[in-house]
Amino acid sequence: MELLIKNGVVYDPINKIDGEVMDIAIKDNKIVDMVDESKAYMIDASNKLVMAGGVDVHTHIAGPKMNTGRILRPEDHYGDVAPKTQIKRSGGGYSTPSSFVMGYRYAEMGYTTAIEPANSPIKMLHCHHEFRDIPILDKSCFVLFGNNWFVWEYLMENKLDECAAYVAWVLNATKGYAIKIVDPGAVEAWKWGDVEFLDILWGRPQTMDQQVPRFGITSRDIIRGLCKVNKLLNLPHPIHVHPNGLGTPGNYQTTIETMDCVKDLADGDKPIIHMTHVQFNGYGGSDWVNFRSGAYEIMKYVNANKHVSMDLGQVIFTNTTTMTGDGPFEYRLYRLTKNKWTNADVEVESGAGIVPMHYKRNNFVHAVMWAIGLELALFAKDPWRVFITTDHPNGGPFTNYPKLLSWLMSKEARQRIINKIPKRAKSKTNLESMDREYSFYEIATTTRAATAKILGLKDKGHLGVGADADISIYDMDPKEINPSKDYKQLRKAFSKAMFTIKEGEIVVKDGETVKSIDGRVYWVKPNVPSDLMNAMESELAGKFDDYYTVSMQNFKIPERYIMRSTPIAAHYG
Amino acid sequence: MAVIEDVVCPICGCVCDDIIVTVEDNKIKKVKNSCSISATKFLNFHKHRLPSPLIKKDGDQIPISLEEAVEKVAKILVNAEYPAIYGLALSSCEAQGLGVELAEEIGGVIDNQTVTCHGPTALGLHDVGMPTCTLGEVRHRADLIVYWGCNPEEAHPRHLKRYSVLSKGRFRKEREERKMVIIDVRKTKSTKQADLFLQIEPGQDFELMSALRVILNFDEIEEESVAGLPIEKVEEFAELLRNCEFGIIFFGLGLTMSRGKERNIDAAVSLVRDLNKWAKFSIIPMRGHYNVTGMNEVTAWQTGYAYAVDLSHGYPWYNPGETSFVDILRRGECDAALIIASDPVAHFPKEIARNLCKIPFAVIDPHPSISSLLADIVIPSAFTGIEAEGSAYRMDAVPLRLKKVLEPPPGIYSDEEIISMILEKIRSMRG
Ligand code: SF4
Repeated sequence: MELLIKNGVVYDPINKIDGEVMDIAIKDNKIVDMVDESKAYMIDASNKLVMAGGVDVHTHIAGPKMNTGRILRPEDHYGDVAPKTQIKRSGGGYSTPSSFVMGYRYAEMGYTTAIEPANSPIKMLHCHHEFRDIPILDKSCFVLFGNNWFVWEYLMENKLDECAAYVAWVLNATKGYAIKIVDPGAVEAWKWGDVEFLDILWGRPQTMDQQVPRFGITSRDIIRGLCKVNKLLNLPHPIHVHPNGLGTPGNYQTTIETMDCVKDLADGDKPIIHMTHVQFNGYGGSDWVNFRSGAYEIMKYVNANKHVSMDLGQVIFTNTTTMTGDGPFEYRLYRLTKNKWTNADVEVESGAGIVPMHYKRNNFVHAVMWAIGLELALFAKDPWRVFITTDHPNGGPFTNYPKLLSWLMSKEARQRIINKIPKRAKSKTNLESMDREYSFYEIATTTRAATAKILGLKDKGHLGVGADADISIYDMDPKEINPSKDYKQLRKAFSKAMFTIKEGEIVVKDGETVKSIDGRVYWVKPNVPSDLMNAMESELAGKFDDYYTVSMQNFKIPERYIMRSTPIAAHYG
Repeated sequence: MAVIEDVVCPICGCVCDDIIVTVEDNKIKKVKNSCSISATKFLNFHKHRLPSPLIKKDGDQIPISLEEAVEKVAKILVNAEYPAIYGLALSSCEAQGLGVELAEEIGGVIDNQTVTCHGPTALGLHDVGMPTCTLGEVRHRADLIVYWGCNPEEAHPRHLKRYSVLSKGRFRKEREERKMVIIDVRKTKSTKQADLFLQIEPGQDFELMSALRVILNFDEIEEESVAGLPIEKVEEFAELLRNCEFGIIFFGLGLTMSRGKERNIDAAVSLVRDLNKWAKFSIIPMRGHYNVTGMNEVTAWQTGYAYAVDLSHGYPWYNPGETSFVDILRRGECDAALIIASDPVAHFPKEIARNLCKIPFAVIDPHPSISSLLADIVIPSAFTGIEAEGSAYRMDAVPLRLKKVLEPPPGIYSDEEIISMILEKIRSMRG
């Protein structure tokens, strides 16, 4: 099939195209130089915004946490039903949408790739189950390694090569994409309910050098060790880190300390650590009374240090569901809110927690949190390293992205909210004094080009010849619209893509899904020398049954089970 | 002869994945590691099979071709106003997903055995959540293990050895390092294993949990006894709970299906929430059928709800008591049903089973059952986990891949294949 998008106003930062009027030609699933105009299906995109399909680098869309969230909260589904159509399966759910609906909603916003950021290795099959039922999107899943006994034991014995072989084995067995680290050390401590240790990790300086009871490893050892492993395996994405102390006043210091702890491992300008949902880790003050934004300090560090990339975790004033591999944090949130609470510790490797949350504009703390997310984005000097997320659904559902984009592109849109938040909250952030407004070029960078790049997905996030034909067209003329003033129109256009094209097929038209196709699942297949791998595997076999309640054979997910399995090679050394 | 290792047992919620099966001439000759229930199943499942598709004619069931049977089922479902698909807890997640799709296609209810076992667990969870963990956590850490209203030795025979009191964990190696408590209304085979057996009066679970919460959080209780136990015993138990390092409550139908139902679960979870002030504490439901957890998971990711989902409006709606299979049967609203891998006539209350028999219904099952004997159409299926592969979720929601170790008899297909055929037929009938 050939497709020609005529006269679109194109933003393609990877190819340095900044609002040029041009044609994009598509043959089959790729972007090509040209097609036969007389034969190709033509889309008239004159005066319309054309960008690569959106790439979300961190969004909880599949697996045990999301599904437990669904079961926990029927009330989240009652008010948000999505009927069946000729094309679409039914479903619903506002902050915990059902799988089919998840895919349609992303595609209808012009997104074509989304990354599930945290699954336990032993439960990865569940994530792949749900991936099969998320239509249209290309997907992949990060694997939790930060509280894994095998990793810790290798690191404590200084067996870095073996640790790398183990990580490679798990990625291969579970068909995962990257190393995720969540609250390193603390999850294991929480499995004992070790509140004393957790108190130390939450909110006192030098937390990173506290030894985990019964193990003796520190958070610094874990992050540094896995960063070295990541480099040894040449994985496409840097270590993806949710640091200690999330959600605690004063945690911005831990965040900076965490970024700084791998600084010496950097080579060149490539980020080697990705800090995720930094808003939740960007708090100043020492308690909820003198709570303030720590965004300035964090961005001062990020702007000056190229070894770091990050995403926002923006808060939206809405009723949502928090869910994270950080079980101890969710326990604290439950103690704070007395809300319903699910905890799910997972043997050997990880845990999780879920608590519903209503962010309110007139709540001092919530208002400051809202401002911090925006401050982080507005302080950022390099949109190639700072990405837009709500950490769906933690800060709010991904369907709020258009609102978030409007806040970044319009001071007036922000000010309307600032006028309504508590006075005291205003004084604890810099937001009101910030004049910056994002350009379309910057938006295209932070929501597509840069996220594809940090994921190492070379054929995504751009519109050059050879790229995947994943494209979104929005019904607005970037040359005419003034986002600063017309932010409502901007929101409307970003909410419902005029066209979304996935692998050369029109899947969304006028904001409605018109075709449902299966997306790919990307995973990383590291190539480790066979003698190293064999030695590690036989050692692992000796311990596996002592640690796990499933067998080593059954831990492996057969590739034939993966929906449109797309392995990416990574080379050791 | 082939020896197949790491076979996943498709019987109870333990979903043990270490069974070794010896196969010769497409027959199972030997099984290792399995409990007696499982061994019996593996060695005898091929006996008393449903031989071929059947249709009821003048009171008798007579053989028909698979094609005809599929068409008849499709017709029954398409012509119904308010049909239901029920069962699937003894099938693969793949078949379960297709079951939901079929219910959506025909605009009916999709429900499963949860409605007669841990439905109240889901309802309790909607109110308070559920602090839980995988079974490996119990194995490695638990020093206090409470079985409440369940009988693992008979219903989940390898539970103690693989996952709890008798298992060997990283931090608990010997039996002496753990305390086991059983709370039940009667002595069972399991109670012999317990360090402490609290025999309570039937229907008094809620009272006991409330009393424990009062003792733990507040003060003494004036009563002489609670739930038929002298107050000293209750206090002693409260101290055990408070002073352990890692505690776990496993609970069964004794809690979910006795007086109080979801209120019992609310109370149990609330107790566990409280206990986390002093110790690490979790709670795990003892799920019976090997993949009832999977059915909840699949239904949830496809519709948002774990069971009793009404798709007749074109979108999912959930209100157990209103939308559950038993209730639409009770009210005489359901006018056709497809039962897959389940035997509701044997398990539902009599008048509800009678209502089922009044409407056209079909059964897909490897074996004859009371439901199949009374069904209008019967389609024999392969035994999932032995003759067909697929996924299943253990009681703690750890997913595993079931193996196919044998070929099914000629002409016999898996649930997944049969449901696909019905779906295809319905879609082609509708054009
Ligand atoms: S305990 Fe349950 S799962 Fe394990 S072997 Fe016995 S029947 Fe099978």
